[in-house]
Amino acid sequence: MTEIIAFLKDLISAPGISGYESAVRPLIEKAWEPITDKLSVSRLGSLHGFQQGTSAEPRPSILVAAHMDAIGLMVNAIIDGFLRVTSIGGIDTRVLPGQMVTVHGRGEIPGMIVATPARLLPSNVQDSNIPLEYLLVDVGLLPDEVTSLVRVGDPVTFAQPPIETAGETLVGHTLDNRASVAALTHCLEVLHNRPHVWDVWAVATVQEEVTTGGAYTSAYQLNPSLAIAIDVTFATCPGCPSHQSFPMGKGPTLLWGPNVHPSLYRIVKELAERLEIPYSVEPAPSHSGTDAFAMQVVAEGIPNLVVGIPLRYMHTPIEMVALKDITRAGRLVAEFIAQLDQNFMDRLTWDD
Amino acid sequence: MANTTDDAHLSQIGNEQLQLLERLSNACAVSGDEGEVRKIVLEEVRPHATDVKVDALGNVLVTRRGQGENRLRVMLAAHMDEVGLMITNDEGEGIYRFATVGGLAIADLPGKTMLVGKEHLPGVIGIKPIHLTEPEERKKPFSLEGLRLDVGLAAGKVKVGDRATFATVFVRQGPSLRGKAMDNRLGVATLIELVKRAPAQIDLLAAFTVQEEIGLRGARVAAFTFNPDLAFILDSTPAFDLPAWDVDENVRYNTRLGAGPAIYVADSSTLSDPRLVRYLIDTAEAHHIPYQLRQPGGGGTDAGAIHKQLAGIPSVSISVPGRYHHSPASIVRLSDWQHTLDLVTSALFHLTPQVLAGER
Amino acid sequence: MKPLIRKLVETPSPSGYETQIRSVVQAEIEPLVDELHVDALGSLIARKGQGSAEGIKLMLAAHIDEIGVMVTQVDVNGFIRFTTLGGVRPYTCIGGRVCFLNGASGVISMEPLDDMSRVPTFEQLYIDIGLSSNQDAPVGIGDVAVFDRPFLDLGGRLVAKSMDDRIGAAVLIETLRQTKDSPHQLYFVFSTQEEVGLRGATTAAYGIDPDLGLSVDVTGTGDTPRRSKARMEVSLGKGPAIKVRDGGMLADRRVVDWMVRGAEKLGLPYQLEILEGGTTDARAMQLTRAGIPAGCLSIPCRYVHSPSEMVDYQDVLQAVQLLVELVSHPIKL
Repeated sequence: MTEIIAFLKDLISAPGISGYESAVRPLIEKAWEPITDKLSVSRLGSLHGFQQGTSAEPRPSILVAAHMDAIGLMVNAIIDGFLRVTSIGGIDTRVLPGQMVTVHGRGEIPGMIVATPARLLPSNVQDSNIPLEYLLVDVGLLPDEVTSLVRVGDPVTFAQPPIETAGETLVGHTLDNRASVAALTHCLEVLHNRPHVWDVWAVATVQEEVTTGGAYTSAYQLNPSLAIAIDVTFATCPGCPSHQSFPMGKGPTLLWGPNVHPSLYRIVKELAERLEIPYSVEPAPSHSGTDAFAMQVVAEGIPNLVVGIPLRYMHTPIEMVALKDITRAGRLVAEFIAQLDQNFMDRLTWDD
Repeated sequence: MANTTDDAHLSQIGNEQLQLLERLSNACAVSGDEGEVRKIVLEEVRPHATDVKVDALGNVLVTRRGQGENRLRVMLAAHMDEVGLMITNDEGEGIYRFATVGGLAIADLPGKTMLVGKEHLPGVIGIKPIHLTEPEERKKPFSLEGLRLDVGLAAGKVKVGDRATFATVFVRQGPSLRGKAMDNRLGVATLIELVKRAPAQIDLLAAFTVQEEIGLRGARVAAFTFNPDLAFILDSTPAFDLPAWDVDENVRYNTRLGAGPAIYVADSSTLSDPRLVRYLIDTAEAHHIPYQLRQPGGGGTDAGAIHKQLAGIPSVSISVPGRYHHSPASIVRLSDWQHTLDLVTSALFHLTPQVLAGER
Repeated sequence: MKPLIRKLVETPSPSGYETQIRSVVQAEIEPLVDELHVDALGSLIARKGQGSAEGIKLMLAAHIDEIGVMVTQVDVNGFIRFTTLGGVRPYTCIGGRVCFLNGASGVISMEPLDDMSRVPTFEQLYIDIGLSSNQDAPVGIGDVAVFDRPFLDLGGRLVAKSMDDRIGAAVLIETLRQTKDSPHQLYFVFSTQEEVGLRGATTAAYGIDPDLGLSVDVTGTGDTPRRSKARMEVSLGKGPAIKVRDGGMLADRRVVDWMVRGAEKLGLPYQLEILEGGTTDARAMQLTRAGIPAGCLSIPCRYVHSPSEMVDYQDVLQAVQLLVELVSHPIKL
């Protein structure tokens, strides 16, 4: 367990916003290298980790995806040494004033997000809730130095360091979705020591937060028989509707809805009960909001499953997750894969 | 309708077809949970198909191979799913919170009876008595947040994740048919009929698709699998041909009941291939089949996903017009269904590779 | 390049009905390419070169469709109701003229509103082609029209409807003319139906499956009144724009760096572009098959999606220079 915390803390200390995932990929490569047979990178930058199965060819394969990109900001303009920013992915701008950030220009430049003082705002903008166009990043440097170090398009990430909070929980930014990358890594570790019939492709996808582009393209390239997406989901927290959020620390969620193959769901649910892994059922009436939404409709279609890790305060710099939920999610997926036999796809039917 | 030897391929809608439509309309198949309709489709098409398979999303893909050389591979699609509800939370005492699946208007829900889950358990969406409301309150529309499904004191019979549909029963009323999910059980019934009587000079690739109402999901992979030369999409489209209150002329009727099959030039998801639009119009005129052009814009059909697959698939949609889609019951005219079937049948029987000669 | 631009922008071809513009482009490029074909959605795809060991398969896309309108109803008095093809806005329509592909012409006007200070909806607009009734009307449901404005040469700046994206098509054609030697197998794609959802590029990219994709399209500017500091940083006359991101995609950063290096090598001015709303064919290319590293060379343009879009002629010439440079040498991402 200690190793997962250390790995996860490293992961969430690295930048790697959508489109710029090369900042975090090497950390994942390093962790996957000893537990995979082959590592490769897709044309859009997703990391593919391959574990070969034991049976004779042709072996069916399963793709397990956890997106490695994170939300963040990007420099939009430089005005008198202050930086204007745009958002990459969905951010509630009300958390931004006063946040510490890192500007990735020529070097890593610390900065802070500041609100334009009320007296300088246009008259139609209320100072109690300033839109992103009027927030600035102040890096504390003089304008000439800023223009030599920073340019439009440079990523800006939250500088919140990880904090271990009570009850084996972890706080930090980009736990969406690095928590799932950690779960996927744990899954690979478990499988590394267990013979399994199927080939396994672990994929740290890119650009989930903007286009799910990594999921579409890796699924197309790898052409698996089954796919699983591990992503974070809403944990109960103040203000969250109770019917749309799930207890933190009480196990992963299993999504149920059109994006998930009903037989896969049933099999994994029964497995969780056998293994006494606690879980919650997460209804997803139309959209799963995950890489599975893309993978399901690639080429001739791929049966999908979604495993959720409850996370509080999603898309803020202070997301919180229970470490036990991460290892449970990873273990459940590993056990599912370990029990797959050569003929599983023949038995995966509709309407039984 | 002329019944010359040239029209010998046409089939008359009779009791058999009406009973099939009734079973389809009464079946409950919300997007993602199309099993009940899939079962009926499989029973009906198996005896007539060269090959049948159910794919990774639950689409039923039917191939009926033709004979002869240079056969066109013609895809036909009709979606099996309907809009409905999914139960999202159990609040005890038989009361459940729900979400809508597909474009279902909240205003159509209060005071309706529903069927819940595989066992079609009856339930109601209630509202509080008028006596306990204020006039100002009644001016505001209901929101999803304020509505619940009530199955009575039946603890444990309904689970989170179960789907629910309107409890409408199909009936025939003179020239009209009334039932739920006419969008798109009419398309499904039509496609079943076409599979049974497919022409020999084409390969008929029939896709009974899933999840159209939540993003044309099934059609996308079905088109990839089939890789056809062209596609006809059978759906249902609204007829807003009711009185327009404060203008002289209703210019936004979309389609009209009784005016025949509606050919799509453009909707929000597809600009139909003009060659195929022309072909359908020419076919209708040559065979004296009434038709109308659906007013361009808005809406969407499986064509939206199909035409963009692979290196592109020339596509066009044809719909039976219906009033009150996505509500507890739609009303359609039997004659419009007959003429739609006639038009598509004639189009298939006379189809040659010439139809795609020339650039789009 | 101005005669070419004029010819392209004055050709009427809205999304889905690109036959005329395709013929015009085909006539311009046919002698210059090795192979030409038209795909299922009407995109014109031209290949130049076989490529080489040092080269890749490179797809360059500019869309040839323009925004327009389509008839939904001709009412009993001969007034024509319409829907839009692509991102048309009501306030750019009023008082404007349209010409139908079948030759009819007319003016767009609006019903009187209860509150004349508001912007009308499309349902409150109609086209008047001078009819007294719908008997024997020369247009019917499904007929299409484009906005009718001639090309205007202001010297340094050029104004026309459909600069989006005929200026991109012009850049591609001129690039094709000026590229003498390239190590790459070049696909010049004049795509259809971009304005309604990047449809032509989606299928063209699938068919070609290139190693790298670049779209050439217009982008907005932030250099017009009222000049708030909360504006887009791109201006006319400051050089072609290299897209970092837009509303639909993040350009591959390796492609952005490659384009920047090319511009700096030639000493060309360039701007780094972030566009908050809108996207281009590059998004479609990026998500194709197993993924294609993609980017976009943007021509800064004022008044996009109005009948009078304005570009800077030097920006356009520099865009051609940059593109010729980029395609003429091996690419190291």
